[in-house]
Amino acid sequence: MTAVSRPKDKHRHMTAGEVVLTILKYAVLLALTVVALVPFVWMISSSLKTSIDVFSIPMKWIPTELHWENYSLIWQRVPLAAYFKNTAILAVIVTFMQILTSSFAAYAFAKMQFKGRDVLFMCYIGTIAVPWQVYMVPQFIMMRSIGLYDTIWALVALQSFSAFGVFLMRQFYLGIPNDLSEAARIDGLSEYGIWARIILPLAKPAIATLCIFTFVNTWNDYMGPMIYLTTDIKKTIQVGLRRFIQAYSADYNLIMAASLCSLLPVTIVFLFLQRYFIEGIATTGMKG
Amino acid sequence: MTHSAAASRRKMSRLEKRNTLIAYSFLAPNFIGFVVFTLVPVIFSIALAFMNWSGGSKITFAGLDNFRYIFKDFSFTKSNLGIALKNTVFYTVATVPLTLVCALGLALVLNRGVKGAKVFRAVFFFPYVASLVAICVCWNFLLMKNGPVNQILRAMGLNMTKSWTSSRDLAIWAIIIVSVWRNAGYYMVMYLAGLQGVPAELYEAATMDGANGVQKFTKVTLPMLTPTTFFCSIMMVISCFKIYDVVAIMTQGGPGRSTKMLVTYIFELSFGGEGIATSAQYGVASAVSMVLLAIVLLVTFVQFRGEKKWVNYM
Repeated sequence: MTAVSRPKDKHRHMTAGEVVLTILKYAVLLALTVVALVPFVWMISSSLKTSIDVFSIPMKWIPTELHWENYSLIWQRVPLAAYFKNTAILAVIVTFMQILTSSFAAYAFAKMQFKGRDVLFMCYIGTIAVPWQVYMVPQFIMMRSIGLYDTIWALVALQSFSAFGVFLMRQFYLGIPNDLSEAARIDGLSEYGIWARIILPLAKPAIATLCIFTFVNTWNDYMGPMIYLTTDIKKTIQVGLRRFIQAYSADYNLIMAASLCSLLPVTIVFLFLQRYFIEGIATTGMKG
Repeated sequence: MTHSAAASRRKMSRLEKRNTLIAYSFLAPNFIGFVVFTLVPVIFSIALAFMNWSGGSKITFAGLDNFRYIFKDFSFTKSNLGIALKNTVFYTVATVPLTLVCALGLALVLNRGVKGAKVFRAVFFFPYVASLVAICVCWNFLLMKNGPVNQILRAMGLNMTKSWTSSRDLAIWAIIIVSVWRNAGYYMVMYLAGLQGVPAELYEAATMDGANGVQKFTKVTLPMLTPTTFFCSIMMVISCFKIYDVVAIMTQGGPGRSTKMLVTYIFELSFGGEGIATSAQYGVASAVSMVLLAIVLLVTFVQFRGEKKWVNYM
């Protein structure tokens, strides 16, 4: 047995074959990185050119002259700042509401006994399978009839109560030992107290995951704002950007500059919380 | 004795009742929103498929008329529903395997103890997070007539004379490319999680039996990853059938009807679009929604049935 398994000595010299393999491995990685990032690099490069130079032949990756003024021009063409503000407000409200209602509801599903719990939970999970596109029309009609059309409140109502959030939080709560909540119950803490003082502080990773999921999804949502928001000044960045593209379709450089700006907030959130995001996908995804 | 037992039982049930009430109070904020904004519209949507309604006060029962309307003169090359179905299926059949292969490839490369694996993981994942409109318009430009992609293809001797998104044959491929590029990193994360679950002893045993790298991959890695592949393919087929936003941003279903998808069709019927009656046809739109729902449920069902045949659980 021991004779077969190769000793793993990190300091031993690699054979020629292993060296080639390692080089190959990193070469492949580098090539893949290029494929993943090249559109973004092209975006940066184009955003600093003049519109005519964007499609020059042969292509230039580094512009001869850097046109930084593109980045100030875009704010004057369309109410880009308003789009940013609207999207930020929407994303923050939706994220807050989702975390609040999901973490609250998940507590009942994970830590309490009551009649009809499992049936109700199955109903929740069942609706995750129904595509939003199936019921977007009746939902739109309903929202319009209660006067939420062309307000961000329609989108808040649409995105604040997700079954997915409840599912994600419940999965995490199930991993928290019941002894903790039992002990607190004996000590006379109310269920609300247990939720606020014991479960929530322990569920920080799940909250971080849900937070970044919701924020990114709301920030990037295109279809919802497109259906619900008509007044220009109320639009979110995604539909606003689309409007910009339609209005200035030949100003490739400005379109790329505005696009890059729209990427910034999610990029920052992603860089800070990406660990939670990626791990959250791996765990909740697989348990589903 | 019996008296006190009954009392304690009554007390228990009162406690239970109180407990249930507290539980409901935890559920209420989410549940009420969920019922009003999701469950009711879902039921409404089913009912609407059997109604005639264009948004006014007049709403009449239509029976199966809406379904008859969308299935009238059904053909994959002429009728709206047929074309939308054909395009959606084509898109799905191309996107799912391509994404799975790319995702598995990325995961395999990253799983081999490379330095900076976490950085690469974030890099590959990033396209999934990046704003859709920004990346779609960027790809639109990259795939333009004189864009970088065509320049490279021309240098390789191919005759590229059109923007991808204005070519009837290539437009759908533009959408497929963006989808694969965008989602591969997401499913890579799933595969990475799956790969961690493969016990090292299996590889050791395979080595002892004299298996080479390729054999280890086909006889150990792939079979052990079938649960991941199964799960990812279900998720992806469903999300492919829901495709809309990439199409809306890149091609608007065109040129002609060459990238018209099921949801594009639903959208046009409800909110207007080229070649569609100007007044909303909510009933017809809901009928198409039911077709979409039926397909999604059917695919899920078929995949779950097929699961036993090819998925190895530990």
